[in-house]
Amino acid sequence: MSNDAHVHGQSEVITHHDVHHDEHHVHHHKETFITKYIFSQDHKTIGKQFLITGIVWAIIGGLFSVLFRLQLGFPEQTFPILETFFGRWAKGGQIQPEFYYALVTIHGTVLVFFVLTAGLSGTFANLLIPLQLGARDMASPFLNMLSYWFFFIASVIMFSSLFVHTGPASGGWTVYPPLSALHQAGQGSAIGMDLWLISMAMFIVSSLLGGLNYIATILNMRTKGMSMTRMPLTMWAILFTAILGVLSFPVLLSGAILLLFDRNLGTSFYLSDIYVQGQILPNEGGSAILFQHLFWFLGHPEVYIILLPAMGMVSEILAVNSRKPIFGYMAMVGSLFAICILAFLVWAHHMFVTGLNPFLGAFFVLLTLLIAVPSAIKVFNWLTTLWRGNIRFTPGMLFAIGFVSLFISGGLTGLFLGNSTIDLHLHDTKFVVAHFHIVMGVASMFGMHAGIYHWFPKMFGRYLNHTLGYIHFWVTMVGAYLIFWPMHYEGLAGVPRRYLDLRGWHSFNKFDDLNKMITVVSIIVFAVQLMFVFNFFYSIFKGRKVRTQNPWGANTLEWTTPINPGHGNWPGEIPEVHRWAYDYAKDGREFIPQTEPVGPNETEH
Amino acid sequence: MQTTFIIVILLLGFLITFQIAKASEYVAVMRGEEKSRKQNNRINAFLLLAFLILGLIGVYYCNERLGGKILYFGSLISGTPSSAASNHGVHIDRMMEITFYITGFVFFVTQIVLFWFAFKYQESDNRKAFFYPHNNKLEVIWTAIPAIALTIMVGFGLYYWFGITGSAPENAMEVEVTGSQFKWEFRYPGADGKLGKKYFRQINEGANNPLGQVWEDSTNKDDIYIPPGDPLHLVVNKPVKLVINAKDVIHDVGLSHFRLKMDAVPGTPTTMWFTPTVTTAEMKKRNGDPDFVYEISCDQMCGQGHFGMRGTIIVESQEDFDLWMASQKPKFYLAFPEKDPSLLKAKADTANKTAPLTVVTQQKK
Repeated sequence: MSNDAHVHGQSEVITHHDVHHDEHHVHHHKETFITKYIFSQDHKTIGKQFLITGIVWAIIGGLFSVLFRLQLGFPEQTFPILETFFGRWAKGGQIQPEFYYALVTIHGTVLVFFVLTAGLSGTFANLLIPLQLGARDMASPFLNMLSYWFFFIASVIMFSSLFVHTGPASGGWTVYPPLSALHQAGQGSAIGMDLWLISMAMFIVSSLLGGLNYIATILNMRTKGMSMTRMPLTMWAILFTAILGVLSFPVLLSGAILLLFDRNLGTSFYLSDIYVQGQILPNEGGSAILFQHLFWFLGHPEVYIILLPAMGMVSEILAVNSRKPIFGYMAMVGSLFAICILAFLVWAHHMFVTGLNPFLGAFFVLLTLLIAVPSAIKVFNWLTTLWRGNIRFTPGMLFAIGFVSLFISGGLTGLFLGNSTIDLHLHDTKFVVAHFHIVMGVASMFGMHAGIYHWFPKMFGRYLNHTLGYIHFWVTMVGAYLIFWPMHYEGLAGVPRRYLDLRGWHSFNKFDDLNKMITVVSIIVFAVQLMFVFNFFYSIFKGRKVRTQNPWGANTLEWTTPINPGHGNWPGEIPEVHRWAYDYAKDGREFIPQTEPVGPNETEH
Repeated sequence: MQTTFIIVILLLGFLITFQIAKASEYVAVMRGEEKSRKQNNRINAFLLLAFLILGLIGVYYCNERLGGKILYFGSLISGTPSSAASNHGVHIDRMMEITFYITGFVFFVTQIVLFWFAFKYQESDNRKAFFYPHNNKLEVIWTAIPAIALTIMVGFGLYYWFGITGSAPENAMEVEVTGSQFKWEFRYPGADGKLGKKYFRQINEGANNPLGQVWEDSTNKDDIYIPPGDPLHLVVNKPVKLVINAKDVIHDVGLSHFRLKMDAVPGTPTTMWFTPTVTTAEMKKRNGDPDFVYEISCDQMCGQGHFGMRGTIIVESQEDFDLWMASQKPKFYLAFPEKDPSLLKAKADTANKTAPLTVVTQQKK
């Protein structure tokens, strides 16, 4: 368990409380602006880099959703301002179909990968792993830095694809071939698609470098006394997330590379028997469904890569603010483990209607619904954690409670879709959109917000403005339900997803008012997110200063560091751990930090 | 102008909110941070309770407002029939209903408990939190109960699933559906009841062969082709097996009134069978909607025209179907009018030369 040897050692330890002022006279080797803020190897700075890049992408992705919601809510209206900004993509102030599909594709890609994977795991894994385990940095700070910069390259490539003449990829975020493989099949399958694939390849490299580092650090660099079962649940969640990512992302990489081959080198991995735009293609013998297997073998674990860190942070924040131990720690770990295993065994539930062998489908139904068991355990444990607590409603805590509510709502609709019989009717309808936005999109976003509000004092030594935080929470919470709850009804009526205009359909053209309402609410919710972003950047510089080392009264190790920890985290010795992270309300004491030895009359948990 | 106006209002609203938020921080400092924190705590606890109550009312209101617009899936309890227009659809609706009851119950119980606990156990000076790290009995209970509920859902689900995906009955009629950007084409097997072979390299729209039928295959000669835009005709209460193909990218045959979907994949034919149980005419009467029509929606993203890839179906009696079918002419005679017995008395058996030779045929079964 010795981690001192790995990093820069004691030489770098700093004893000041404000890094900004006295960095030059304490360090043995000088840090320039570039090594400190740009090519930094400090896990905290890398975490912040992931977070801020994630925020930029979230604004882009969110803005795109507002644009396509305008089309969905007001298909008959024109918005001349759109033509001003987007030219031929919004000819006459109306969003053109190819633009609409580009918007939904990039919205999905960006939110799933860049915001909720890199922005969420990247931020909190980097920030919290060394701080909560009592390490001076990650196992390999250099790989960690590379992980961010590969993500940055991926971001630049994806961003540049927005500006090519034929537009970005527009075959949906799942980019199923042959649509994505054939240049003839549409504008969105031109150069934009190549850029999408290359960007994803870079992103996967980033994610693998990060993931290997997280696993290595958690397994090897825990401080003295920090046995695996004494780790906070955030660490368990991040460990399982990293394992999922390391085992599944390479499969997507292979899928993406084969698709690049099919697109540019004339191979036939996914192509067979194709007649497109009056042209008979030479390809024979490939299978379009193969790509879906490769994609969803990552794609399904991916939703847990997004969700597990949120679950971990929510568990921690609920316990801290209920002033009570998390209920059923081992069951929480066990259920994370079960979810992690099952996540690999359910991918084909996205493919029930592809002609998949029904007998095989039956196993996927069983395994899919089985995930409800560990999920139920988690929900009940969270509820019991609240029971007889003494709850403080910090903005972080409110978002954690919101997460539980959304996870219940979205999890239950998963029982419809996971059952192949019902999926026959609901597959690829608005019901699916509503389901995964609630359970994966909004819920994880809530987990991320909870984490930001809770650990912002650790990141920047200042608080976010809480009044804005409360407004942010309540508008987002009400808005999320207003947007996605009624959307299930559209799905139950059979309205397919990715339809930008329902007016041509007798069966579906009856949700005008609803779609207008959803659009208006989503604009308001987006505006409030911008307010949050403002709060975020404003508070970095002007927020109320943190004056106590442990503002939430939490047990975990990150609150034993100075208010503004330098690179190396602890001045002097790294702390030793004597107990688990959840001794709240024990023996009449409000909280007992992990660093406090177990007393003679105390029963160790 | 209007847009600028909205943006200005948003900005102003934001500015005001921000000023209030900043002021509230100063007020908190002046009044004592602890005191204002506790006040905020009470306000948020109350709001959580209010959210629960308004939320439950909202759920009810939403259902009242939109429940009539969904495809009504019947009720086990009140005995009302489902609106599904196929044999499988009734089963799928039944399954949805079972799932609704189970998930609905869990939804209400857990949401109420969540927000009620949050409100009830808000911070109070008189209460100490209760050290309660685990209880194995509770854990076992709430592992077992979901497991039992799941067994019920999986059991019913798979029972229906195998019924739906099992092989089609002997007397089922066969129809081929072909999707391509952004249209549906259909083919009936004709009098011999067999769909002729086809091969994608034979596709030649100019030569009246949009599906790539292999004319050397004699079973092709009586196949009836229905061009894009024309409805698919089906017989009420007669099982039909759809053989589904795509020419270019993946599409999906979505039949919301029959509650079914199946992908159309280029290179890999798929099948789906069902029995339509309600004629179009009856559906018009039942819904009081003279314009009612069964629609085929494409449910798999297929390009920029995806949202308009619409086909229609007419379900009718056997007599009406036979009448309609009698008026159709096999595609073979449209491609080779010189061989049409009704147009030419003279036989033209040398026409084989005009059709190219085929090496492989692709009708996978």
